[in-house]
Amino acid sequence: MKKIIEGLAYVLGNDVDTDQIIPAEHLVYSLSDPEEKKNYGKFALSGVPAGQAGLPDGNVSFTEGDNFESKFSIIIGGKNFGCGSSREHAPACMEIAGVQAVIAKSYARIFYRNSVDGGFFIPFECETLLVEEIKTGDDLKIDLDNNTLTNKTQNKSYDLKSLGEVIEIIEAGNIFEYARKTGMIPSS
Amino acid sequence: MGMTITEKILAAHAGKDSVVPGDNIWVDVDVLMTHDVCGPGTFAIFKKQFGENAKVWDRDKVVIIPDHFIFTKDKHANRNIDILRQFVKEQDLPHYYDVGTDNYKGVCHIALAQEGFNRPGEVLFGTDSHTSTSGAFGMFSTGIGNTDAAFILGTGKIWVKVPESMCFEFTGTFPDHIMAKDVILNVIGDIGVDGATYRSMEWRGDAVMSLSMEERMTLCNMAIEAGGKNGIIEADEVTTDYVRERTDAPYKIYHSDKDANYFFKKSYNASEMESIVAKPHSPDNKAKASECEDVKLDRAYIGSCTGGKITDFLAAAKLLKGKKVLIDTFIVPATREVEEDLHKEKIDGESLIDIFKNAGAYLGDPSCAACLGGPKDTFGRAKDNQVVISTTNRNFPGRMGSKQAHVYLASPYTAAASALTGHITNPAEFVNN
Repeated sequence: MKKIIEGLAYVLGNDVDTDQIIPAEHLVYSLSDPEEKKNYGKFALSGVPAGQAGLPDGNVSFTEGDNFESKFSIIIGGKNFGCGSSREHAPACMEIAGVQAVIAKSYARIFYRNSVDGGFFIPFECETLLVEEIKTGDDLKIDLDNNTLTNKTQNKSYDLKSLGEVIEIIEAGNIFEYARKTGMIPSS
Repeated sequence: MGMTITEKILAAHAGKDSVVPGDNIWVDVDVLMTHDVCGPGTFAIFKKQFGENAKVWDRDKVVIIPDHFIFTKDKHANRNIDILRQFVKEQDLPHYYDVGTDNYKGVCHIALAQEGFNRPGEVLFGTDSHTSTSGAFGMFSTGIGNTDAAFILGTGKIWVKVPESMCFEFTGTFPDHIMAKDVILNVIGDIGVDGATYRSMEWRGDAVMSLSMEERMTLCNMAIEAGGKNGIIEADEVTTDYVRERTDAPYKIYHSDKDANYFFKKSYNASEMESIVAKPHSPDNKAKASECEDVKLDRAYIGSCTGGKITDFLAAAKLLKGKKVLIDTFIVPATREVEEDLHKEKIDGESLIDIFKNAGAYLGDPSCAACLGGPKDTFGRAKDNQVVISTTNRNFPGRMGSKQAHVYLASPYTAAASALTGHITNPAEFVNN
């Protein structure tokens, strides 16, 4: 597990649901074919209404044109991030686009669980409503040892909540590696 | 300290005498359900993790129900059905309901009930958030992603954090024009789209127990729209009558203890319920239908796991019989069984199918269809800035296929009354006449 995550912020609002993260019409591509799965990166966050895409100004595309990778690798969300469906394509598309971490006020349960068990990225929580503090494009640094977030652009720091019990799964990589480590399933 | 029904079922499936909220436990899974959208990804992870030739933990406990993107020319969507077929063949799975055959069912949550996979006391996981529907049978059921489903396929187990329970009690008698959809929209409006996050939503009271299985399923179906882990209603004679018609498999009935601990309790007087809509763009954006009568509509949609059961169509047909709809109205039965019942069920000698046709509604084939937008050629998919009243479950931006569309969630009664007037309409006077 990385100790430091650095990247540019992409800021979203409250209750960003999985249809905004990846609209259902795109749930048809293979998640295992290396070429085909790039479509998920291309359409990641494409369902977010333009005015809410990249706050505070909005109208910022997450990925541009046919690119499947985004220049933004840290997502800032409000409350109830990832609500809605159980589609694992949601955290998967964000990882394919290059997301390394999400920092939200709170998460919907299945999205959080999928992010951790699938090992897509680290879902951090922060008591502060960062949506009101951080601007899309700000240069951020997450220090995992100290659970802190630094906004290098604004020269401000915030405490992140401890990852708690799920850190063992995150450190192992995903639920399968965790289960192998703990002897629940045989090592491959 | 006593336990809730959810705690008891989870404890029993973890081999423990008792559990408390917050415990992380490994539970044995009775049924794993997947469908065409999440099955292919699940199978790929299963093979990667357990080996190309690995076998599922128990072929009798895996249920595969294609239902999402069925009647479409989208080549990737059709390819995904082929992947389901291939896996079923490799694993020799008995519970598969193939597209284009007599065995095709339709929407997974309703098919699970109709095919006898919902049994009191059991633990069921599905790769779909509305898997909470099965909780209507006094069982624990919840939605998971591909990774967790693949883990279950290989091991028959999954880790669960025991949820705190919230109790919603309805006593008295619901007015005739009130349906379970009004009840759940009312509760979600009260607690918010994250008001039950990580928690169990337990429904109690004589008014709840007076509901049919289909109406109970609607209550549990939308637990996820409040963020809930599961919805649950204790099994009674209504439950066991339904189950025994469909399976001989054993089941076990659990009850919450009188001294069980609830994180939250709220009691409602059923007779005070009103017809509710959820305004755009969130299921908790509650308003009384009677307060929204100035909202002009472009179309009505009656279908999905939430609002496409025969109870839902009986309600709609009652209002549409002998009348003409003023707006485009789409009727999508959840399953083949519901579709067959549209032909069998009659009101004053006229079948529901004829009532809908004569009212000028459009009829679709059983599937999830436009509830979640889907491929461009999906029946009933919302276009442009249409204003839609729908018996489905979600109205976040873009959910029904167009980011500009405005979707109002409502009961089948409210949707049907509104289809007749062209604007949002309180169905009370239509129902009571």
